[in-house]
Amino acid sequence: MAKRSAPEVNAGSMADIAFLLLIFFLVTTTIEKDSGINRKLPPMEEIDPPIIKQKNIFTVLLNGKDQLLVEDELMEVADLRDAAVEFLDNNGDETCDYCQGNKDPRSSDNPDKAIISLKNERETSYAAYISVQNELVAAYNVLRNRRALEIGPSRGFRDMNFTQMQGNYKDARFVGNKEKLKALIDQIKLEFPQKLSEVQ
Amino acid sequence: MSKFKKKKDGGLPAISTASLPDIVFMLLFFFMVATVMRENSLKIQNSLPVANQVEKLDKKNPVSYIYMGKPSSGYEKFGTEARIQLNDQFASLTDVSAFISAERSALREELIPFLTVALKVDREANMGIVGDVKQELRKVNALKINYTTGIGDVETNFN
Repeated sequence: MAKRSAPEVNAGSMADIAFLLLIFFLVTTTIEKDSGINRKLPPMEEIDPPIIKQKNIFTVLLNGKDQLLVEDELMEVADLRDAAVEFLDNNGDETCDYCQGNKDPRSSDNPDKAIISLKNERETSYAAYISVQNELVAAYNVLRNRRALEIGPSRGFRDMNFTQMQGNYKDARFVGNKEKLKALIDQIKLEFPQKLSEVQ
Repeated sequence: MSKFKKKKDGGLPAISTASLPDIVFMLLFFFMVATVMRENSLKIQNSLPVANQVEKLDKKNPVSYIYMGKPSSGYEKFGTEARIQLNDQFASLTDVSAFISAERSALREELIPFLTVALKVDREANMGIVGDVKQELRKVNALKINYTTGIGDVETNFN
């Protein structure tokens, strides 16, 4: 009997099967895009609140109708960032040599003492709350970026603002001295500490 | 003497489709690798607000998700007020501490202090429920939180 060659399997429908699988995975794919504003909650233990001078507190109140009251004056969210920068950068007691503020004795003493106090009501919408949080974080970032551009070049990190420094520190592909960068980031964080208190 | 056959001037030669499966498989593998299956099916509306001063949520550290929002269509029997969703079901405020303990027990011990709680809150929810959840988190000492947001201009939050 003559040897018969094995019959060839028809692979024509392979593409169909693969397409089916492909479409399934296409539909179920969600590219991860989680990002947000990091916050640290205060611990539960009650400690005696330190006595803070009224002029060192920047009160931000967001009421149930999403209206913004800053230092007892109505304000739009768009103006909040500049107002917060002005308050933090004020340098009332002239101990902060990197500040550029107006040195108004009625406003904050220095960035280390300045505290932003945020109060919201139960009816406040979450979107408004996040917008205000965002603007306050932005105010700190404005000052930190400015400081980073000032002292960065002398530490060997030219043309890099604070946000980029943080990004580079986390980036594995960054070529440069990460320890020096970390020290610089920590220094700027200390010079403009984020003191944001939330009233319960 | 037909060594030099005259070329047939027929139609175009058929394009070989033999490599089509290879191309498709290549795409398939890409999407298989890049796919993350949705962990929870949401029973609430969850359109996040936007912000532009955001930091990426570090996936190296463990993350737990707490969802809040109005029950979506089909779940109207749970009311029209914003509710909390943990894993796959609606939960009450008192369940939050149990949820955090359960999440912690699934972690290696050295990772527990790094647990971040990501709050995915609908933009129309009230701060009341968010404040209550934050208070519960403080009670169980889960202090690292992240307000998960989209990326965009805050002005769009108000319309």
